[in-house]
Amino acid sequence: MRLCSRRAFSGGSEIVGEIWAFSENVELLHELLSGAEELSKKLGASSAAVLVGDGVREVAEELGRYGADKVYVVDDPAFSAFSPEAYAEAIAQLAKQFEPSAILVGATKRGKELAPRLAARLDAGCATDCVRLEIDEGGRLVVTRWALGGNIAAEEVFLKKPWVATIPLRVFEKRVFEEKKCEVVESKVSVEKPKAVVVESKKKEAGAPLELARVIVSAGAGVKNREDLKMLEELAQLLDGQVGCSRPLSADYGWFPEWIGLSGKKVKPDAYIACGISGQIQHIAGMRDSKVVIAINSDPNAPIFKVCDYGVVGDLYQVVPALIELLKKRKK
Amino acid sequence: MRIVVCAKVALDVSQIKVDASTQTPVLSGAPLKVSDFDKNAIEEAIRIREALGGEVFSVTVGRPESKAIREILAMGVDAAYVVSDQSLKEMDALVTSKVLAAAIKEMGSFDLVLCGESSIDGFTSQVGPRLAELLGIPQLTYARKVSVEGNEVVVERALEEEVEVVKAPLPALVTVTREVNVPRIPTIMDIMKASKKPITQWSLSDLGISPEELKPAVAVEKLQAPKIERKGVILEGLKPEEAAEAIVEALLKEGILRG
Ligand SMILES: Cc1cc2nc3c(=O)[nH]c(=O)nc-3n(C[C@H](O)[C@H](O)[C@H](O)COP(=O)(O)OP(=O)(O)OC[C@H]3O[C@@H](n4cnc5c(N)ncnc54)[C@H](O)[C@@H]3O)c2cc1C
Repeated sequence: MRLCSRRAFSGGSEIVGEIWAFSENVELLHELLSGAEELSKKLGASSAAVLVGDGVREVAEELGRYGADKVYVVDDPAFSAFSPEAYAEAIAQLAKQFEPSAILVGATKRGKELAPRLAARLDAGCATDCVRLEIDEGGRLVVTRWALGGNIAAEEVFLKKPWVATIPLRVFEKRVFEEKKCEVVESKVSVEKPKAVVVESKKKEAGAPLELARVIVSAGAGVKNREDLKMLEELAQLLDGQVGCSRPLSADYGWFPEWIGLSGKKVKPDAYIACGISGQIQHIAGMRDSKVVIAINSDPNAPIFKVCDYGVVGDLYQVVPALIELLKKRKK
Repeated sequence: MRIVVCAKVALDVSQIKVDASTQTPVLSGAPLKVSDFDKNAIEEAIRIREALGGEVFSVTVGRPESKAIREILAMGVDAAYVVSDQSLKEMDALVTSKVLAAAIKEMGSFDLVLCGESSIDGFTSQVGPRLAELLGIPQLTYARKVSVEGNEVVVERALEEEVEVVKAPLPALVTVTREVNVPRIPTIMDIMKASKKPITQWSLSDLGISPEELKPAVAVEKLQAPKIERKGVILEGLKPEEAAEAIVEALLKEGILRG
């Protein structure tokens, strides 16, 4: 291991710890590094990526391109499988040694089970699913997240360091820093063998990630049969989009691998077309940042009509086929 | 089997009103209820006890709302523990999990701790993993199926891209999702029986912790309802073809479709 300056210096003699980023999801890590770069500038600190895994050393240098000043690498076969126990311990050991100001963790399900365990180990605060991060005049991190069922924005301030925060996709925009070089710090940590082990893992049939879709045609419980999804898929195709859904269609019926909402994915497409979705706050929490929201629902009192740009009161089994017909005609 | 379930008495978020002049939620006097996912945890604990025998204890930190605690007992929990204290006002997940850990240690030995994946009001998803760390036990989160096999707990969990089966030796902590079961609704008989079940009330000093050890690390500064900036054009009474026309027009206007 090489020696490195423990922390960055800001202004006078005050030492400000680095802003770290960790995610097992590479795309999200790149975004977090962009955010870490931005926050670290405001603090007069530097930014760093944390890589934990087996065979991760070789990708370390690349991370400079996404904004990392430094990359901490823990490359060891012991970390070949993600484990909240082992990963929390490894990152905690690094954090105790290098004393970062913040650890930004990608808010995947794995990230959201890792971050609080890590925070507990560091006796640190943690904020979940942050959609905005700012530094206040006192140099403290202030985050915004959706609370109280997803319909209230909560501003939360950290009272002590380190700050641990989980951040979903698309909060920060990935940037590329062509010329940027980063320092690689290889660390050895030893952790106990994790007690929880994965005995079976099946890939879900994966489509393109919903977060990237420009148009989402979203199916709700107003869709009665699985076959009827074909109709929505056809509509989505005509609009160059993808089909998403509300929670019951995924969690209860198992028609989709993932749903949109407070407890599911957060999306912000250019257009969100809700078909047979009532618009409960927990659903809205996952799509409220969509540019244009269109709703088709047979119940004029459905709450979705209060949060849409264009609402059609009607039977989706009539409106969607008519819409498909019209779009097909236009294509010709 | 000795099973501990963490059950929060949470704000019933579906009933929170927003003050129209300030756009802030009105929290004083807002109705409380047992957090939804925690009911799934209670149900799962009871099912495990029904299959394997043993005892189920609940632990609640914060609001000592007796109706909710009675409901927990009526669902089939054997005994309830409640920690409340004047000094427990500003609680973040760090504080809550420390108090829960202290209470669980005071309650005696345990094989399994069950939590909901999240609470309906705070929705931090932190307490389960934090508690597992503080108790020094493995965590199995987002479980949609749980079984205890011998000295191990096995769960199935759905992540973004895969479905995993994970196992760990007991004692362990499991957080459950809503899909894991449908919580039972207590009968009149259950409710009557529950009135005889023990509720143990503890203060922080009963647990040997001083308020100084419980400083929150995160504080809520502001709660604000977002402004809804939607056009709100609602079309009623149109024929399907007319509705389709209207939607296409909207898509053109918003630049989603090119003319
Ligand atoms: C803690 C918590 C977290 C949750 N997280 C999420 C989440 O992340 N995402 C999520 O989606 N939900 C979530 N939920 C569930 C949420 O509260 C709602 O139950 C759910 O969003 C309802 O889905 P829906 O709108 O598809 O179904 P419903 O509420 O059943 O609505 C169906 C709608 O379809 C309409 N309809 C019926 N037939 C037709 C027809 N032929 N044509 C047109 N319209 C028709 C009906 O009028 C109705 O409005 C959560 C709940 C809790 C408590």
